[in-house]
Amino acid sequence: MNEDYRSMWQDLGLDLDAHESLLAVLGNAYRDIFLSQNSRPREMGYFDFVMSEVHGLRIKELLEEKKSGRKIIGSYCVFVPEEIVLAANATLVGLCSGADFATEDVEKLLPRNTCALIKSSFGFKIGKVCPYLESADMIVGENTCDGKKKAYETLGRMVDNLYVMDLPQMKSDNGKIALKLEYERFKSAVEELTGISVTAESLKTAIGTVNAKRAAIGRLLSLRKADPAPISGLDALLANQVFFYDNPARFTQSVNAICNELEQRVENKTGVFPEKVPRILVSGCPQAVPNWKLPMIIETSGAVIVGEESCVGERGTRNLIDASGETVDQMMDAIVDRYFQVDCAIFTPNPQRLSHIEEMVRDYKADGVVHYGLQFCQPYLMESIPVEKALEDKNIPCLRIETDYSMEDVGQLKTRVEAFIEQLS
Amino acid sequence: MRFAGIDIGSRTIELVVVDDNGGLVHSFQADTGFDPIAVANKLLEPVAYDGIMATGYGRSLLEIAIDAPTITEIKAHARGARSIFPAARTVLDIGGQDSKAIALSENGNVKKFEMNDRCAAGTGKFLEIMSRTLGFNIDEFGPQALTADTDLNISSMCTVFAESEVTSLIAKGENRQAIARGLHASVVRRAAGMIKRVYSGGDIIFTGGVARNPCMRKLLTEKIGRQIQTPDDPQIIGALGAALIAREIRQAG
Repeated sequence: MNEDYRSMWQDLGLDLDAHESLLAVLGNAYRDIFLSQNSRPREMGYFDFVMSEVHGLRIKELLEEKKSGRKIIGSYCVFVPEEIVLAANATLVGLCSGADFATEDVEKLLPRNTCALIKSSFGFKIGKVCPYLESADMIVGENTCDGKKKAYETLGRMVDNLYVMDLPQMKSDNGKIALKLEYERFKSAVEELTGISVTAESLKTAIGTVNAKRAAIGRLLSLRKADPAPISGLDALLANQVFFYDNPARFTQSVNAICNELEQRVENKTGVFPEKVPRILVSGCPQAVPNWKLPMIIETSGAVIVGEESCVGERGTRNLIDASGETVDQMMDAIVDRYFQVDCAIFTPNPQRLSHIEEMVRDYKADGVVHYGLQFCQPYLMESIPVEKALEDKNIPCLRIETDYSMEDVGQLKTRVEAFIEQLS
Repeated sequence: MRFAGIDIGSRTIELVVVDDNGGLVHSFQADTGFDPIAVANKLLEPVAYDGIMATGYGRSLLEIAIDAPTITEIKAHARGARSIFPAARTVLDIGGQDSKAIALSENGNVKKFEMNDRCAAGTGKFLEIMSRTLGFNIDEFGPQALTADTDLNISSMCTVFAESEVTSLIAKGENRQAIARGLHASVVRRAAGMIKRVYSGGDIIFTGGVARNPCMRKLLTEKIGRQIQTPDDPQIIGALGAALIAREIRQAG
């Protein structure tokens, strides 16, 4: 391992041995799951590089930004508006929450029946293995589900830079006003952190930057409507995951380069899998790096994933912000308009999510839906039952999966997924 | 021509051979043990076949070992049950390690299925462990439970918790036949719940090793409120389905 990085990690206070073993596991998983795929787009090489340097070069870049006086803000949720962060001259990064780590220690702080994602975020902190978390000048928690909301009370006692954003739970006029007020409060907090005021000009530029990033990933996702699919679900998920880590301008450029290649593939009818293999839409809980278990099972069982109705996927990235506003307040309203459309399962009722699932099934010509629920994730597990019912009423086969980050149920899951694919074939 | 189907389950391995017309020629069975590939090879050694299909939780082992194509046990049980009961619309399969309820469309395709989660609750393994706790041989467990004139309520679904619940019932001096019946009833509640989630009418077929248990059959019939049909040898249905699908693939060309 690069010595520069070792001293960098040491300075960040990481547990070097634990971190090294995490990187080894991550590297092996990446090789076995991603590099072993057939006929990948050539331009995916960029993401291979990003993943090989996800705790290395990217952290070095962030630390250089910090040295030049820029602040780093870490977040766990797509409701944290990157536009505001960028406009105040700070950088937003997603924080690690996709793998089990230090679970026994975590369970001294959180009940066992807490979802894997929340436990993971604690594990990375307790285990001292997330360089993003340790680089962050501000950590943003958000009141989404009860699990996260209460866990942030505990996290707040472990770190000194936690900021908690409140979120409405109903898509009402009052809910929207509440979101606007919270985004105003967040803007002030970020301005105070950076010492830089958000101006109409800086906000407009920031909206442009993030819109471009969302447009690029939207372009990539849309190309998956083709049959044969020009990119695997695993690789598309990876692009969705890197969305949270990479420098936005560079990400936009790299994703557009992949899209150029994919457009060629669509034209030549080149796919990662043969034409007519069953097409799956995955819907439900977010899948953070390196949570690749379910897509790996699906795509090694003879089907291709053509879409993710997920926060790490279209739910999180769809809809651009109207950048026509002239004042900060007009643009803040436009930001609220955009984020208020995110149909997270914390909202009640949440019929827009079901409409989006059905719309995605249609647009991506999916043969079936796999509903991905993390064990103990009440909002998505609760919704999974009416979602399954509504889809079956429309003769859209649905498989409900409830799992966590461990590997002990892979055999069982594989049997279910294979049987579901047999059912679609 | 002969077609073989092999079902590598967690407790037993079944091998079935069918002829050109899908008629049963042979069936063999062995305990899975700790080296399923060796057991499977030993079963296959004396058998001549022109096509083979593997199923069961160990199917991928055989795919690697002898390059056999595979199908899931869900499809295999659906096909096997349908060959014996052409009107089958729902199949309940309770094996050693898992249980599943499968709904079939009119033409016999799998329409929907439910599978138990990642533990032994409601499976053959659960009954096996409980029979041991109560000092019964597994084959007499069902018949003994049927002799009970009272029904004890066992609330734990978890094998570990249920075992301690049983231990405390024994300590209270409860009749062991009644405890046995209560345990059967708890498995039946779970199985009936799974059937209910997939059921949309038609004949219900009970397959897998647990279908051999007469108390399970009786309580399930009572709970569902309609006749449950059981093949003569419910344990071979997965292997039979696999053999029939091997034959269909060959005949389709």
